[in-house]
Amino acid sequence: MRIFDPHIHMTSRTTDDYEAMYAAGVRAVVEPSFWLGQPRTDPASFYDYFDALLGWEPFRAAQYGIAHHCTLALNPKEANDPRCRPVLDALPRYLAKDCVVAVGEIGYDSMTPAEDTAVAAQLQLAAAHGLPALVHTPHRDKLAGLHRTLDVVRESSLPVERVLLDHLNETTVEHAKDSGCWLGFSVYPDTKMDEDRMVTILKTYGTEKILVNSAADWGKSDPLKTRKVADAMLAAGFGEDDVDQVLWRNPAAFYGLSGRLRLDVPKPEGLHEGNSVLRGGE
Amino acid sequence: MTHPLPWTRAEVEALLPDDAARAWLAEALADAACVPTAPPTAPAPYAADTWELRFAAAGRHCGHDNADAVRTLLLTEAQAGPETLTRLYRHGSAAERRAVLWALPTLVDGPHALHLVEDALRSNDTRLVAAAVGPYTAVHLDPHAWRHAVLKCLFTGVTLDAVASLARRAAGDGELARMLTDYAAERTAAGREVPDDLGRVLTLTGEEPKEL
Ligand SMILES: [Zn+2]
Repeated sequence: MRIFDPHIHMTSRTTDDYEAMYAAGVRAVVEPSFWLGQPRTDPASFYDYFDALLGWEPFRAAQYGIAHHCTLALNPKEANDPRCRPVLDALPRYLAKDCVVAVGEIGYDSMTPAEDTAVAAQLQLAAAHGLPALVHTPHRDKLAGLHRTLDVVRESSLPVERVLLDHLNETTVEHAKDSGCWLGFSVYPDTKMDEDRMVTILKTYGTEKILVNSAADWGKSDPLKTRKVADAMLAAGFGEDDVDQVLWRNPAAFYGLSGRLRLDVPKPEGLHEGNSVLRGGE
Repeated sequence: MTHPLPWTRAEVEALLPDDAARAWLAEALADAACVPTAPPTAPAPYAADTWELRFAAAGRHCGHDNADAVRTLLLTEAQAGPETLTRLYRHGSAAERRAVLWALPTLVDGPHALHLVEDALRSNDTRLVAAAVGPYTAVHLDPHAWRHAVLKCLFTGVTLDAVASLARRAAGDGELARMLTDYAAERTAAGREVPDDLGRVLTLTGEEPKEL
């Protein structure tokens, strides 16, 4: 079984996670840039973070046989801090990089005017750089947030077929599906979806244009949720091909819209021999 | 004294997969060639020249295996000086940084780009470490930092074949021999293998191996 986790924050995870993910079948991940838990106060902090997503993290992932790409953006939460807003002006030079396969994650947090500006500007950046966009739906006031998100998407020059709406659930899936966007579901303990509810959604809405991710990060989360959904799908009577579509072909097709996806990471020699690269820091 | 470029234009063209890539390269090189004669402009903090955007996108248009060669050629065509090289390195992905490091011996005559080498040697990314021990480093890096670079290669699994002028710089270096012997002792004490390359460079120092 091959698995592509289209939304996971590996910067917050350990090498044990990489090893377990590889063993579970994960061969590709996309890491969206997001909030680090501690608010940043200077654009330079973002640039170091972007550099890590473009350099160190793919290097680390490759040691474990996993292809790593990223999406870059000024996230909605920090878009509200005027000190961070210069990041928007610096994004073009980052969006030219090879490993960037979308603009994201963008969207709404508290639905402020500053967030309106950031979402609209970054949808334009995506269109200008030939990239799709990963747009999350807010944690609070989700349905109203989805409506507002779709309004901004329709006003932008980015077509809906190049937009992935993420963190969807039972209350937002119908409306999101009608929009023509790609549909992302985060299987994340306590606050988002779980495996069984995910299977129910797949039974109701089919497997087309649906992506499942773990959204694992620095919170209580599980980087193996993608595999658990695959197992739950098989147990519920879905076939191997359905699993492959949801957990590999759909994310590969969506991020493939960038023309920059490279999924041919060779399995490193000595993966489990504790060689010096894997030992890491001095 | 600067070194010849690792790849000539004809060699790079021969590497390219198709006419589209060759056309892209011709345009990018023409673009870069305008830089040395263009009137100086105040560097904008964020905006990049088109040739610099092409520098970033080289792998996608010419094949990722050829990216090092294409990028190095672009840097030469633009006659990039230490200031431009520093900006491209700072703004670059790991692959772009590697190309800047490759181009140093050709483009920088003197030690004023050493800060880029030192930055790469501080990283733990073996692709950068390997590119940071080339001919430019062999000429300009001071003995203490150079010894640590050799040790770092052994430590992170970078082959010592990557280290330029290894034999010349190691010859008669008693301090390097001591560091290597100590490192070998530490590995042996921990029940770990001593890398083959270690014995090779120790021999090159010409110093007596002490109970390896
Ligand atoms: Zn996220």
